[in-house]
Amino acid sequence: MAKSALLKSSLAKKYWMAFTGLFLCLFLVGHLFGNLQLLLPVSEMAKDQFNEYALFMTTNPAVKVLSYVTYISIIFHAIDGLLLTIHNRKARPQGYVNFKPSTNSKWSSRNMGILGTVILAFIVIHMSMFWAEMKFGGLDDTLYTTANGEEVKDLYTLTIKTFQDAQYGLLWAIAYGVAMLAIGFHLSHGFASGFQSLGVNHPKYNGFIRKTGYAFAVLVPLAFAVIPFYIHFVLEKI
Amino acid sequence: MNLTLKIWRQKNAEAKGKMTTYQVSDISTDMSFLEMMDVLNEQLIAKGEEPVAFDHDCREGICGSCNLQINGEPHGPDRGVTTCQLHMRKFKDGDTIVIEPFRAKAFPVIKDLVVDRTSFDRIQQAGGYISVNTSGNTQDANSIPVDKESADMSFYAATCIGCGACVAACKNASAMLFTSAKVSQFSLLPQGEVEADRRVLAMVEQMDKEGFGNCTNTGACEIECPKGISLENIARMNRDYLKASVK
Repeated sequence: MAKSALLKSSLAKKYWMAFTGLFLCLFLVGHLFGNLQLLLPVSEMAKDQFNEYALFMTTNPAVKVLSYVTYISIIFHAIDGLLLTIHNRKARPQGYVNFKPSTNSKWSSRNMGILGTVILAFIVIHMSMFWAEMKFGGLDDTLYTTANGEEVKDLYTLTIKTFQDAQYGLLWAIAYGVAMLAIGFHLSHGFASGFQSLGVNHPKYNGFIRKTGYAFAVLVPLAFAVIPFYIHFVLEKI
Repeated sequence: MNLTLKIWRQKNAEAKGKMTTYQVSDISTDMSFLEMMDVLNEQLIAKGEEPVAFDHDCREGICGSCNLQINGEPHGPDRGVTTCQLHMRKFKDGDTIVIEPFRAKAFPVIKDLVVDRTSFDRIQQAGGYISVNTSGNTQDANSIPVDKESADMSFYAATCIGCGACVAACKNASAMLFTSAKVSQFSLLPQGEVEADRRVLAMVEQMDKEGFGNCTNTGACEIECPKGISLENIARMNRDYLKASVK
């Protein structure tokens, strides 16, 4: 009984949701620190630094393991979320004529599925724009040797040019901004909710967890969103 | 007060129901919501029509029988009260009030506003008890020391009257608040701790079997609960279940 309880029960789905979600929060922090290098003034050094970092992130064995855990977490989080949403819809086959959930719960907490779908679509687009180019040879003809003597692909120029593009640069920046807004709302519920699902709830710490969650939900997506706009409006054109 | 009522009418479990509009007049603001429903039913009976079926028993807010979804919220717009303790002073003259049964797959409609909540009974039966030897030498319960905090927390959990407002309010029709309160009231006490693992596994299993939805921590249940049962109970059950399932 105990074994199936940890795999099939409604609570098990929640544990996995919480566990993968909180792990992905950690991933966001790591990813953000890497991305912040894009704010450096345009120079050969900034280009080399970012490209060496990108090479490290795609080749280092430890990072590789972490990245596979991240891919699995994203897929699992999405599938689990979809299953939960389908099951939850079935739990109330006939709805109310008059239902006022806004009187007792927050919008983001009731729309995690929609927010998650927007985020998943963003991840697919985002990965096809940069990750796939790096991974599947799109950048092979940009290979060059940095000042440190490392042979790297030029992901830096692709990234900067995408957001500085005269025709689509601003549109991409706005699209990224919208996606970050969705992540912000998703996190505003998800962060604290993850702790609750794992049973971490105590009057002494609830306020701290909730406030940390809100701060995380505002600061992390905001910092991510600043980058494409900064590249478009402020950074020197390349 | 004169009011327009839009009420869900459904002849029986199989019939297809629909919203029907009624007018009631001269309703006193001192009446309880159910007394207002009584006025409506007297009118209907006088006209030779079928009165509206709704659940009620003690009308003191302690039995958990009454269960109406009023203007989109279980037990109506007031907080910390059951339908029977909701007073008409919470409404204004000329208001339109929408009255529906609690909606969930696990709460099928029997007639009009009456739903079958025996799914809650089955969850309780699955493990919501303690085994006591009653062979004649039963130990006095007071001989087991219980700290005040645990006794209080257990008591708060036990104040759940099983009305089903948590399920009705939840967008997922989840029964986590009810089940967690019924798990907690025992697991917090030494008498209940002995069977805590078996209890939480069995009660959650039964809850899933009944077709309730999954908890997504929206917190709607806690806000709408007439007894103020806390989400802390759900977290406690999450903890207890995790502990029990890895053993």
